[in-house]
Amino acid sequence: MSTSFRGTDRYIATEELMAAVNAAVVLAKPLLIKGEPGTGKTLLALEIARSLDKPLFEWHIKSTTKAQQGLYEYDAVSRLRDSQLGDPKVKDIHNYIVKGTLWEAFDSEVQPVLLIDEIDKADIEFPNDLLRELDRMEFYVYETRETIRARHRPVIIITSNNEKELPDAFLRRCFFHFIRFPDEATMTQIVDVHFPQLKRELLREALSTFFKIRDTPGLKKKPTTSELLDWIKLLVSEDIPAEVLRSDDAKKLIPPLYGALLKNEQDVHLFEQLLFLNRRNSR
Amino acid sequence: MLVRFFFLLKSAGIPVSITELLTLLEALKAGLGEVSAERFYFLARTCLVKDERHYDRFDQAFAAHFKGAEDLFAHLMKELPADWLEKLAVRNLTEAEKAEVEALGGWDKLMETLKKRLEEQQGRHQGGNKWIGTAGTSPFGAYGYNPEGVRIGQDGSRNRSAVKVWDKREFANLDDSVELGTRNMKLALRKLRRFARRGAPDEFALADTIEATARSGGWLDIKMVPERRNVIKVLLLLDVGGSMDDHVKTCEELFSAARSEFKHLEHFYFHNCPYESLWRDNRRRFNQTIGTMDVMRTYGTDWKLIFVGDATMSPYEITYPGGSVEHSNAEPGSVWLKRLMKAYPKFVWINPQPQGGWRHTQSIELIRDLLEDRMYPLTLGGLEAAIDAL
Repeated sequence: MSTSFRGTDRYIATEELMAAVNAAVVLAKPLLIKGEPGTGKTLLALEIARSLDKPLFEWHIKSTTKAQQGLYEYDAVSRLRDSQLGDPKVKDIHNYIVKGTLWEAFDSEVQPVLLIDEIDKADIEFPNDLLRELDRMEFYVYETRETIRARHRPVIIITSNNEKELPDAFLRRCFFHFIRFPDEATMTQIVDVHFPQLKRELLREALSTFFKIRDTPGLKKKPTTSELLDWIKLLVSEDIPAEVLRSDDAKKLIPPLYGALLKNEQDVHLFEQLLFLNRRNSR
Repeated sequence: MLVRFFFLLKSAGIPVSITELLTLLEALKAGLGEVSAERFYFLARTCLVKDERHYDRFDQAFAAHFKGAEDLFAHLMKELPADWLEKLAVRNLTEAEKAEVEALGGWDKLMETLKKRLEEQQGRHQGGNKWIGTAGTSPFGAYGYNPEGVRIGQDGSRNRSAVKVWDKREFANLDDSVELGTRNMKLALRKLRRFARRGAPDEFALADTIEATARSGGWLDIKMVPERRNVIKVLLLLDVGGSMDDHVKTCEELFSAARSEFKHLEHFYFHNCPYESLWRDNRRRFNQTIGTMDVMRTYGTDWKLIFVGDATMSPYEITYPGGSVEHSNAEPGSVWLKRLMKAYPKFVWINPQPQGGWRHTQSIELIRDLLEDRMYPLTLGGLEAAIDAL
């Protein structure tokens, strides 16, 4: 088992990302990951767990998620029902404490990886409610009056899409890394990892089309890595030859199967218009 | 050495704290940053910077400090105005022009021009070409920090370095008055909704009652909550046409955000300044108008009034009768504004025009005076301040 993270056979990590992850692993501090959607933020935790051979616990945050739910919940309703039915279980409160993801991660026999996905989705107060838990890696269960401590400080990966500002006190306890959108060389590596048998020529054309679309000014939603991968998957399955992608003299202005890349009709429209003007000017 | 760097970062406006410095030192002690200068740079950034908006500043501070340059602060004081760049590249170009740029050899060409502009600007403010030097070695993202001090701007082609500057500004664009998405606005507007929930507890709360009963071991414990009345009522007056065309998109977003947040939302349009009539549908603005007096009668004083407009017009449109650009108005706009203010004590004016330029437009100043300074920029911060004022 290696102790430092260098990416995996399925995940290309840049030097800076590796440095950030390794710092988080060695010092056992949470790592906050931001970046454009589709740059592999969530995937990172999965791959860290895989490459360092650690169990993974995932906690996906929704707008209704409370910090308490990650720790534990007291199931008062089933206790009430049990008391009506005269179930002897009702005497022991431990039967009604339901462990949350954080508790389970703290309980793990070996050092686990804990993913807190899309923390910005939750209520504004959510990160503040987790300060002590993330700092000291312990929390207090009021119902049973016991303190739960992590056996091994988990490697915590937190992702955010920047929909809300996170509080300073929370940020101070985290490492931070912003995943930049990959440049062409990195992108080639990434595609290589996913489609090892892809023809060079098709890859080159696909990438150039992709970056051309990304560079189009005024797009509402720029296509991202995961969308590129989807698109290439489609191209391969439809067996589209590389020549078709050279759109300059092709009859069709817009790249084939563009639906995987452009996600709303204004963008498609804008792109068509640009290509049209482009062609007219080049004549 | 690191302590000085720490203070440099602080003076550069990056919110660093002692905790973070200690973390960095701890990480260095654990041997994480020893392999190369590059590694050290990444590590320091991971530990000290908590927001991609500050990457730009951090890079500059890092380059300056580790090159032994002393005059960091002067550099930072002169951050290139991001919107100047943005404006140059995006706003001034129409769709067709953008396409033309593409045809002309794409953005590279534009970048070159941009870079020339940048140089000019630096020359004026900075003296010498030191700035470019610093920026050129900017240890940034994909292009990487260059520990040998090779200046990318010099050994690369001109185009490439221009693109690099652009890239850099892309991060800088994240700085400061964030682009407002519908979602962001909703979040800001939600504040207004929250205090609409107050009231006497007069509704039976089923879940709470069960919970409380269970907790007290079977004794019935009835819980009440205030009814979820969304008592907030918003009257939105939007400026359309003319100088507002530039802001159509943001206003649209504000409108759609407001629409989904409030149940009681009424909107009317005006042009430049509200006069005796308003209208609800832009296509029928000339034949289906509603008297402003009628509006004030229909919607009581408990409505909150939000103007949205750039307040950019000729001062006569506010101060003189007959000053309107569209029709002959019997009373000046200021009278109507005062009337509206009187009818709705809770009001704000939201202005999509950047706040920095307000002082230079006479009519904005005029309206601000009239409205007792309750004008706010259309940014997240501005919106929040406006809602606080309501």
